[in-house]
Amino acid sequence: MNEKAKKTVKQISISAVTLAIALMLISGCSRREDAGSEQRLITIKGSDTMVHLASSWAETFMKQNPEIEVSVTGGGSGTGIAALLNGTTDICAASRKIKNKELQLALQKNIHPHEIAVAKDGIAIVVHPDNPVKELTLEQLSKIFTDKSLRWSDVGGADEEILVLSRESSSGTYVFFQEMVLKKQDYMQDAKLMPATSAIIQSVSTDKLAIGYVGLGYALAAKDKVKIIAVKADDNSPAVMPSDQTVKTGQYPIARPLFLYLNGEPQGSVKTFMDFCLSEAGQKVVTDTGYVAVR
Amino acid sequence: MKTAWKEKAIKLMLFATASTSILIVIGIFVFVGKEAGHFALKPGLKELFGSRWMPVSFQKESFGLLPLITGSLLVTALATMLTIPFGVGAAVYISELARPTEREILKPFIEILAGIPSVVIGFFGLVVLVPLIKSSFSLSTGLTALAGAVLLALMAIPTVVSISEDAIRSVPASYKAASLALGASKMQTIWKVTVPAALPGIVAAIMLGIGRVIGETMAVMMVTGNAAIITASPFDSVRTMTATIAAEMGEVAFGSIHYRALFCVGIVLLLATFGLNLIAQKFLEKYRMG
Repeated sequence: MNEKAKKTVKQISISAVTLAIALMLISGCSRREDAGSEQRLITIKGSDTMVHLASSWAETFMKQNPEIEVSVTGGGSGTGIAALLNGTTDICAASRKIKNKELQLALQKNIHPHEIAVAKDGIAIVVHPDNPVKELTLEQLSKIFTDKSLRWSDVGGADEEILVLSRESSSGTYVFFQEMVLKKQDYMQDAKLMPATSAIIQSVSTDKLAIGYVGLGYALAAKDKVKIIAVKADDNSPAVMPSDQTVKTGQYPIARPLFLYLNGEPQGSVKTFMDFCLSEAGQKVVTDTGYVAVR
Repeated sequence: MKTAWKEKAIKLMLFATASTSILIVIGIFVFVGKEAGHFALKPGLKELFGSRWMPVSFQKESFGLLPLITGSLLVTALATMLTIPFGVGAAVYISELARPTEREILKPFIEILAGIPSVVIGFFGLVVLVPLIKSSFSLSTGLTALAGAVLLALMAIPTVVSISEDAIRSVPASYKAASLALGASKMQTIWKVTVPAALPGIVAAIMLGIGRVIGETMAVMMVTGNAAIITASPFDSVRTMTATIAAEMGEVAFGSIHYRALFCVGIVLLLATFGLNLIAQKFLEKYRMG
């Protein structure tokens, strides 16, 4: 073997060693450490509705606890729960309760979802500012979203068709609205499914015949562009505008709890983070980001 | 001796890189096919031929692909109809008629159009195009198949222009000279000689443009309204296959029937692009022979 060939062999063995080390590092990283006090990185994954809230929490929390890093990603409540089941996230943010099917799957995988309600979210009904309709009952809302033949004149507006906007079926809000307002009926097939809350706000602000539902925080932020409708639980109840106060007291009928799910009881740094979320400072973040505090 | 060994190694490496794409294509087919196969076993393929796509329901979940397929077809057909005249017309002008300064301005702009991310085009569509379509056709909403088609045409036109232009330019100058020498006018030469001679390239350009149109997701999802209804009207809302996969994949429970149904949608989409490529190949062969 001459000098050059030796050199090549050497190079190859060096790169092989480097590759092996890299592989070990990668596999080491993907294996999650047990939740111990030394854990430095907490991951939160799940509901798109809660991304803003969770990242605000993370920001404030990391200022107080610089030794712990919190990373937040969205993707949807289902994605978050799937990640919790696969052990790829520490905390799952969910804007709906875990489904029975998912719970069974979790137990099969020896994961015990632990539910903590951390905030409440009101769902506001929004229409174009020029729309004369001011209030709707839950029953009228249910009809609007399920019955194609309903017109604005049937609910106190002009004799024009209703343009129904909904979130995509992947959204936790879609499922919540279907369960709570539509009483588990199917949405009508003509309903336009918008990929994001911002798209609903955008369409409602330009379309006189449109109606849609968005999280209260988004609705309040866009209140110059859209009109928020007051909702009556039934014909005899008073019409209630959604606000922090009315959601908290339960007067406003379309509100849902927001959850964080963990695997088992919180421990170590995850517990520190959970305690923070429910503390006064954590609940102030909830109010600041447009949601409603639970404590 | 040593160099031969080295050469072999390099050759092997290059072979490996070249065949990676084949492996990936096969891998995709196998993986997508496996999940779709589960669907064929459990609720059965009959479920896919329904006319209702209602994957999240407390009553009865339905996974009929017809509204999605017709939705994709409608948007693609409309986009193609818009793309061909604009794309080929622009290519003819740039390659045959434009003055050099005009060409220097036009080409970069068309190339910039190709580089705009589809989310940005989608947002432009939602804010500008959708209200425009609503008011100009006096519709109840601008969230229509037409809006999606216009955006897709915007994205496909640069591809069609640059590839068609190359094809038109590569027509031998002797053809044009012969035509002009026989007394044909410039326009006659362009439409009777140059364009027909460049046709294989133009057809390939259009096919590639359609390929981008079928696979495009984000922009379409933002402006078509995504209502899963069967319609042939450009003024109705449609839900395309790509938008369905993109919108629902994130939330669907792993291994559920809905999850598998989305893979079935993926298979249909794969087969469609596969078929399109085959047709494009056949076209190219035919024109090369003739």
